[in-house]
Amino acid sequence: MIEFVQQLINGLSLGAVYALIALGYTMVYGVLRFINFAHGDVFMIGAFAGLYLAPYVMWLWHFSPLLTVVYMLLLLVIAYALLRHPWIALLLAVGLYRGLVALAPPIAKLQDNFPAPSWLGMFVVLATAMVVCAILGVLIEKLAYRPLRNRPRLTVLITAIGVSLFLENFGQYAFGVDPQSFPDLIGDQAINLPAWCGPFTDLTIMESQVLVFAVTIFLLIALRFIVTKTRLGTAMRALSANPVATSLMGVNNDTIISFTFGLGSALAGAAGILISIQQPSVDPLMGLQPGIKAFVAAVLGGIGNIPGAALGGLLLGIIETLVVGYSDELHISPGYRDAIAFLLLILILLFKPTGLLGRVEREKV
Amino acid sequence: MFERHKITLLASLAIIYFISARFSSSISPYIYQIILYIGINITLAVGLNLVNGYTGQFSLGHAGFMSVGAYAAATFTNNAGDATLALLKPLGPMVSTSIVFGAALLIGGLAAGATGLLVGIPSLRLKGDYLAIVTLGFGEIIKVVIENVDALGGARGLTVSHPYTNLFWVYATAAVTIYVVLNLVNSTYGRGFLMVRDDEIAAEAMGINTTKYKVLAFTLAAFFAGMAGGLYAHLTQFIYPDGFNFQKSVDIVTMVILGGMGNTWGVVFSASLLTILPEGLRALADWPSLPKWMGGLLGNRMIPYSLMLIVLMLTRPQGLFGGMTLKRKKA
Amino acid sequence: MSEPPPLLDLRNVTVRFGGLKAVSDFNFAIRHRELVGLIGPNGAGKTTVFNVITGVYRPSSGAILFEGKSVGGKKPYLITKRGIARTFQNIRLFCSMSVFDNVRSAFNMQLRHGVSHALWRGGGLAAEEARIERDVGELLDIFRLGKFRDAMCNSLSYGDQRRLEIVRALATRPKLILLDEPAAGMNPTEKTELMELIRFVQEKYEIAVLLVEHDMRVVMGICQRIAVLDYGIKIAEGPADEIKHNESVIRAYLGVEASASS
Repeated sequence: MIEFVQQLINGLSLGAVYALIALGYTMVYGVLRFINFAHGDVFMIGAFAGLYLAPYVMWLWHFSPLLTVVYMLLLLVIAYALLRHPWIALLLAVGLYRGLVALAPPIAKLQDNFPAPSWLGMFVVLATAMVVCAILGVLIEKLAYRPLRNRPRLTVLITAIGVSLFLENFGQYAFGVDPQSFPDLIGDQAINLPAWCGPFTDLTIMESQVLVFAVTIFLLIALRFIVTKTRLGTAMRALSANPVATSLMGVNNDTIISFTFGLGSALAGAAGILISIQQPSVDPLMGLQPGIKAFVAAVLGGIGNIPGAALGGLLLGIIETLVVGYSDELHISPGYRDAIAFLLLILILLFKPTGLLGRVEREKV
Repeated sequence: MFERHKITLLASLAIIYFISARFSSSISPYIYQIILYIGINITLAVGLNLVNGYTGQFSLGHAGFMSVGAYAAATFTNNAGDATLALLKPLGPMVSTSIVFGAALLIGGLAAGATGLLVGIPSLRLKGDYLAIVTLGFGEIIKVVIENVDALGGARGLTVSHPYTNLFWVYATAAVTIYVVLNLVNSTYGRGFLMVRDDEIAAEAMGINTTKYKVLAFTLAAFFAGMAGGLYAHLTQFIYPDGFNFQKSVDIVTMVILGGMGNTWGVVFSASLLTILPEGLRALADWPSLPKWMGGLLGNRMIPYSLMLIVLMLTRPQGLFGGMTLKRKKA
Repeated sequence: MSEPPPLLDLRNVTVRFGGLKAVSDFNFAIRHRELVGLIGPNGAGKTTVFNVITGVYRPSSGAILFEGKSVGGKKPYLITKRGIARTFQNIRLFCSMSVFDNVRSAFNMQLRHGVSHALWRGGGLAAEEARIERDVGELLDIFRLGKFRDAMCNSLSYGDQRRLEIVRALATRPKLILLDEPAAGMNPTEKTELMELIRFVQEKYEIAVLLVEHDMRVVMGICQRIAVLDYGIKIAEGPADEIKHNESVIRAYLGVEASASS
């Protein structure tokens, strides 16, 4: 029983990461009816953004909390500029990076003497990665997908594959092929469960697992708020239902689509940091497996359906962890871990392609 | 009229045999290898073109079928090859090795074809993006399965003892593949593939069992991929699951797209081009006067490759030779 | 004297989409060589009736009999093989193929030489292909499309494309052909030509025709019998004259006051 609960907990924190990535897939599909193949690689870029920027950001937090607040405000400005002037946002971001590097001690000194772990510092790193990925997502959409808006879906799919391969291989070129270790940002340790938990005190719950789960819940709530209560979010839902009518209502579809990509990519960036906190090994191909699994999760929940993606992600994380955890009893080799998601995908698409929460779309004859 | 095609095929086979016998030894081994790879890629791409190009079904798991063929053929020659050779000794070395290798290739093709049938029947009910993802999924599942089967060498790979592949076998297979695909498509029956691609609903209204056509194209393509896999295995003499990964499937798909989906000779050309290109890029990357960063970029051929894919889709999605401009979506 | 059984018989056919009944309890029969019209305001369910006859939708309840045998819920290609052909509201031609190939596509289902012969090109294949070539050429000539033989279908005028779609459907040698708004987008001259075409087809090939149309001149001009749908329910059926003056029909199209004043 304890074993089962332990696996459940592990599965939930894995599933939370899948859920965050899945949200990006499902939002883009809802709005454009297109599977963004490159989404998993945006997740990878988020992790690497964290890897390269964490030393500076953590140093900044320790050096001056006030300046960090200024930094966060600047991030906000960049995010705001991203919607209408992505290139200016990129310029601002590069400027901010340059400023940060100029202010901070040289990287070698930082890496020898890595700033002490800090939860709040980690949040700043998280925000940074989210902004980096948002910029990346918006630019990819603008350069590679938007020109193909009216072409057959196949063409865009191939382009997305091209973008994905480019990110992976350029990443290998720029970051090196070998895995690198992600710094410990929060001083991860197991939580001491109080005595009243009874037999459950034997469970190993890491701080990072709680963190991941909490941040995911928070982001989900924030997303729900954005999607239901803000104008941008409502426009997104309208676009998903009927693009032509939406533009006739005076909405700039392009802006909303940029927004969708930016939002989804930001969530993927967050996922990149969160997984690196749990499994501190990053490499340029780390987006492949989580990417496809998150896609499966989105399909499982019903592609295009936001709560569905979250549900699908959590479910997939749990199923995968349970199957691997009980692999002996099930007489399956744990090497089949990655095949589980694919098997699940094939089964869903064959038997319930609309997923758990999705709706059927009929073609008009 | 149709007799002419059979004669052309037989004549081609004779010419290939002659070239292979006469010139194989005079070509440098490096160039010879590239020529063989070209032929193998032609078989792969022309087969896939039947599915992606002519029938309009987007398959992203073709490397999986290649791997099934490679492992099946290799297992046969590794385990039963010597015994069969001994049995056929009286027929002379050339005939006996031909029979053994031919059988191995056929076994590879049939195994891959059977896999294609198994994968195709459930998958081909899906359309567009979903079909692509499912085929990708099946490709990955095949890879994972092989990795977990020790008898096939698992993730460490499998050594192939007999280096049977030569110019004749490679190009004979390619010639047969081209012959079969062209013959099939240029018949009333074969026009059915195009109908499925253009408008499935209208095709059904014309009495076409669209699922049957899709599965047929898929299975046939898998069969040829299996033969290509067998040829590949007996060329490299060492196969491992990661050599048949998603990247390889993308390689083949790129050849089909670049050549122009639905244009067999265009695909032959692009398969040849894209086989030579990485070698060219590699040579360029080693050029002494090139700045180091550029050398690194070119050294990983996937970087210019992926950029090429993107640029191709943005500027000329119908490929080099695709006549039909892909329809714009209706408003 | 007993009536011969109808060619197509719809009995209490209902088609439901979720909670919506697109077609309710539809009873309708077409006899051999009849030219029947199906009319009704927009959204009445006419195309749904087409789709359920041709297998695109399954009937939620009821039976559809063709030549006495059930076809309800069967796959479209099987229904075409039984002898029901159709055209589409938005023309669905095979646009990457020539006009010739579009008509040739109809002969696929009659092929005696399938895959293997296409692969290895046996002797019988050549003869069959030659015969098909002749038949297609004939059809094209009869319907004055011969000069467009090798053209791509999107280079044809709208009226010619419609004609091509009808010829293609005809090439499947059906006993019943369903025409879905064939006059849509045509000018009066083209519509008159269309009416002649339909009459010609019906007489020469001795087939039954079911026509969905909005243009009343076309419908009243050629149909022997007309059924009227409104919100998925048949509200009237009979010869053209009766339907023209039927109160419920007028009400369905024009509203209550129009029927009061007629």
